[in-house]
Amino acid sequence: MAEKNEKPRTIHTVLRVPFEMALGPTWTRFFEGLREKKILGTKCKECGRILVPARPFCPRCFEPMEEWVEVAQEGTIITWSYVNYTYFGVTADMIPIVPTRIKLDGVDGGWGGRIGGFDIKDFDLVNKKVKVGARVKAVWSGERHGHLRDIEYWEIIE
Amino acid sequence: MQKVGIVEVAMTPGTESSLSLMEFTYKPVKEVLDKAGLRRDQVGTYVLASTDIMHSGMSCANAFDWDAAGAFMKPASREEGDGITAFIYGCMRIMSGRHDTALVVGLIKGSENAENDTITSCFADPFYSRPLGIQETTAAAMQMRLYLERYGITEEQCAKVVVKNLGNALFNPYAHIKKRVSVEDVLKSERICDPLKAMECAPKSDGVCAMLLASEEKARKLTNNPVWLKGWGSSMDTFYLGDRDLLDTQLKTAAVGAYKMAGISDPRKEIDVAEICEPYAFQELLWCEELGFCAQGQGGKLIDSGVTQIAGDLPVNPSGGVLATNPYVSRGLYRVAEAALQIRGEAGQHQLDKKVNTALACAGYGFAGQWHGVAILGN
Repeated sequence: MAEKNEKPRTIHTVLRVPFEMALGPTWTRFFEGLREKKILGTKCKECGRILVPARPFCPRCFEPMEEWVEVAQEGTIITWSYVNYTYFGVTADMIPIVPTRIKLDGVDGGWGGRIGGFDIKDFDLVNKKVKVGARVKAVWSGERHGHLRDIEYWEIIE
Repeated sequence: MQKVGIVEVAMTPGTESSLSLMEFTYKPVKEVLDKAGLRRDQVGTYVLASTDIMHSGMSCANAFDWDAAGAFMKPASREEGDGITAFIYGCMRIMSGRHDTALVVGLIKGSENAENDTITSCFADPFYSRPLGIQETTAAAMQMRLYLERYGITEEQCAKVVVKNLGNALFNPYAHIKKRVSVEDVLKSERICDPLKAMECAPKSDGVCAMLLASEEKARKLTNNPVWLKGWGSSMDTFYLGDRDLLDTQLKTAAVGAYKMAGISDPRKEIDVAEICEPYAFQELLWCEELGFCAQGQGGKLIDSGVTQIAGDLPVNPSGGVLATNPYVSRGLYRVAEAALQIRGEAGQHQLDKKVNTALACAGYGFAGQWHGVAILGN
């Protein structure tokens, strides 16, 4: 079993496995909300927290979350990054991307989105405008399909 | 050894659910906690069983369902294999003295996954198995051929397992496939992988099973009817089929270990009911031999005798078994839950018409039963 310093002979394999996930009633209602330009959360009757996306139950209190609330479409940047390389599912024509976590007003927890609405290819400009604590608002896609990307991007405001 | 008791169990039906995996998991977990009168944060530790490749395509079985199992922000871990192993890990955490309660959850929505054969073909190595199209069904068919040839077991005897188990499932509210079928129906079903017929292969089912375990002292506080772990054994064979005698599996080793721990010397006499894992009909006969319910090669005669029928001396799979309900990852935990319900006299319409003191639950997976685990439960 002597190990030689050379490229090994390999067998190339690709696994393709199809899946079909049920959204279930809670997430179905959430995604239908996006189609109507609404961000929906649920409120816990025990701890009072409002979580987005809507949850069937409170992960902490473990009680059903049955009270629905439409939440604000504005919030504050918790953190962000600047994606400038390609990987599986992200091709050269898709970059750069400015992913962000947003604390929506009145909501407990952070919502994921992308910053846009200006030339994000200009990193210096992005660095000047996008700040932890900066205010943002949702910009909706013209055509919505009840999908996460119905919010086209988050725009820096103020 | 510290005693460990099963306090409560809850299961979902095996039929396709329209709930998300997260909602589907939450329901039985919440049911078990409510029945025991515990909040999720009062449970000492959690052990989950789920498998990335059978997790609805998330390929991270610690996703949303971690919250749904109640395991969020608790000492918890996940077992990437059969739920019966999560059960024994939960027991061991209690035996260690570190925790007095453990919640064990096995979860899968088979309806969201690819066909069983697609998934088990991913279990095949790309060097010597996958190029030949080996997956669990093709491996089982070759095991069955050998079984028929070596011991003169007949296809009718194998078909009788389907008739018995799907018939038993008619009385199980959690069963997926419930059908009154005849030996002829089974024999006439499509020969998908000769000698295996389509009706001799388990379906792919949804299924979450949640089970609360506790130390002896705590179990007696939480329930009047605890079921105790008496014995455990497990063993895994080599992966490569060519290195194995397919009719001499590690179930024997697992059973010997479990019987020794439980002090059982004559399993045929001392065990009142068995819930075993038979994704292919003939395997129930072969596993019965290896569990010592009859002599080697006598599995066919055993089913002919009626002993394993629901009203027989040693009923096997009164719930309908895996042929009726096959939530792949949690099916072993279902076996334990069903065995426990029989001991408690709470199995409902498929409750045996006799006192059940000692029950066996076993599970297995892999090509031709590479791995087996056997648990003995008692009152």
